[in-house]
Amino acid sequence: MTPFTRLTAIAAPLLRDNIDTDAIIPSREMKSTGKTGLADGLFAAWRYLKAGGRDPDPAFILNQPYYADAHILLGGSNFGCGSSREHAVWALAEYGISAVIAPSFAPIFAGNCTRNGIVPAPVPATAIAEIAADGGPVTVDLPSQTVSLADGRSWPFEIGGEAKAMLLEGLDAIDLTFKHKADIAAFQAADRMARPWVYFGDIIG
Amino acid sequence: MVAIDRIFLHERTGAAALGSLKAAGRAVADPARVFCVMDHIVDTRPGRGDQTLMPGGQAFITETRAAAHEAGLTLFDVTDPDQGIVHVVSPELGIVLPGLTLIAPDSHTCTQGALGALAWGIGSSEAEHAMATGTLRIARPHTMCVRFTGTLSVGVTPKDMILALIARHGAGGGKGHAVEFAGDAVTALDMEARMTLCNMATEFSAMTGMIAPDETTYAWLKGRRYAPQGEDWTRAVAHWRTLPSDAGATYDAEIVIDAADIEPMVGWGTSPEQSVGISGAVPVDAGERALAYMGLQARQPVAGIPIDAAFIGSCTNGRLSDLRRAAALLQGRSIAPGVKALCVPGSSAVKRAAEAEGLDRMFMAAGFEWRESGCSMCFYAGGESFPAGARVVSSTNRNFEGRQGPGIRTHIASPEMVAASAIAGMIADPRELAR
Repeated sequence: MTPFTRLTAIAAPLLRDNIDTDAIIPSREMKSTGKTGLADGLFAAWRYLKAGGRDPDPAFILNQPYYADAHILLGGSNFGCGSSREHAVWALAEYGISAVIAPSFAPIFAGNCTRNGIVPAPVPATAIAEIAADGGPVTVDLPSQTVSLADGRSWPFEIGGEAKAMLLEGLDAIDLTFKHKADIAAFQAADRMARPWVYFGDIIG
Repeated sequence: MVAIDRIFLHERTGAAALGSLKAAGRAVADPARVFCVMDHIVDTRPGRGDQTLMPGGQAFITETRAAAHEAGLTLFDVTDPDQGIVHVVSPELGIVLPGLTLIAPDSHTCTQGALGALAWGIGSSEAEHAMATGTLRIARPHTMCVRFTGTLSVGVTPKDMILALIARHGAGGGKGHAVEFAGDAVTALDMEARMTLCNMATEFSAMTGMIAPDETTYAWLKGRRYAPQGEDWTRAVAHWRTLPSDAGATYDAEIVIDAADIEPMVGWGTSPEQSVGISGAVPVDAGERALAYMGLQARQPVAGIPIDAAFIGSCTNGRLSDLRRAAALLQGRSIAPGVKALCVPGSSAVKRAAEAEGLDRMFMAAGFEWRESGCSMCFYAGGESFPAGARVVSSTNRNFEGRQGPGIRTHIASPEMVAASAIAGMIADPRELAR
């Protein structure tokens, strides 16, 4: 995972509440059994003129020349609700989005973001409106947990300590957890005595 | 770090997760506790095999099958008698139990919280993490209690309870909290009804929904294949009795709803929060985008909106009791001319049980198609859909733009309302048929 420290970029506003992962990538665009080849399907129903087509709809924000280099999305509340499909985040990352700023995030989507190098930055709706109205480059600074504009206006955002550390260092969560293998094995041995019905057969790993 | 007791995969993402794990040189730590189903894109037309109408769909099935076999997982394959939608199959086999942690790369995993488990949906990376390590790294969730007091009116269902909650408090109202559903109207529900209620906790943006286990839970679980047996059962029940929240427990947030205030609900828009009672109308302040997509006007009464199609099934409302209640309304009646109607049982076991009772014949006599089990047309993966631009009344959980196909207009409702609407050819109050 690519580490994230600080990013200054144009932010494309998609100021609707409840943008769902079916909108971020429709199920019909999840054509591959792997994690790649998804950027083309990003926002397909809004981005292209016809379902399944690839003729860009000029009205859609990411098709407008000013936002061609957008690496940040500005969204409405409950961003990323709906299906747990990590493809939504893989598609965003492959397209080049590295941060999403919104008043709130659906929990599964936010978790998927931090596993893939995308910063979910929650700031109040009033701040979103100011950032969208400004239209200039936006800085997302992870160490200081702030979103700011070139004129100095700045808003703090919350992110879990572990999610922050993983994003900053591009850490692999599985490697991190493997450091506690002995603790996990000890827990499972004790748990097997306390709740034998939870386990089937012998643990192999 | 939380120990994970049960993991489910499905063919939509199973190959990606298992493939990625293998590519990293990692093994599944305890394959005996990892299960895999074929439900998301498997065909539901009679006589199905691995072929699907979704372009390239077969690869998802064959690659997931091969990866599941290689990893030594328990697979409920396309033609397996135990095949079905993950959140129907897991409870019916007793794989989910009170007090367990269970995860699946599917947002509706919260359904299984109905049994008093901590069950929640995750992404593919987290599924890999859980398979490799037997754990997940999560922040302790905030807690919320949603208390439904009093008694539901006759003809009002758990689907109406959850839609009423989301309509009043918003699709973001759950704020990532772990939600406990409680109150007299919840404890009065049978197990299948409890699953419907918990199913849509994710539509409330909750981390999960759960209901304290009680005698209803234990009676329902006893004897199921993967449930504890003999001495283990006695020990397990004794443990489960310690799980419910203390009387007077405090939560980070609490919501109280009088169950008697709820009427049959139906979605009018493109978010589950855009739902109203059947006696209501599209709101005065309805958003233009949703109105345009749905082809509706503000102030328009929802009852009487003409429909093109009807769908009964899904992890929300595809269980035997759902099918029974819908069939009871369909008996001796026919669906309106021109309406395409399908019933897709939630599992192969539900299908067999329904057929043993003759429900299949009641559905077909009324004009419904009777299908093999699966997620089916709850969402559109590029294969089967409704006619272009169709207006569908659906017992599913999501009415997002394009969810059931490009331009498809979805009205989410209970199976009873779907049946009544299919007969009327328009959105209709099932209580009027039942009289």
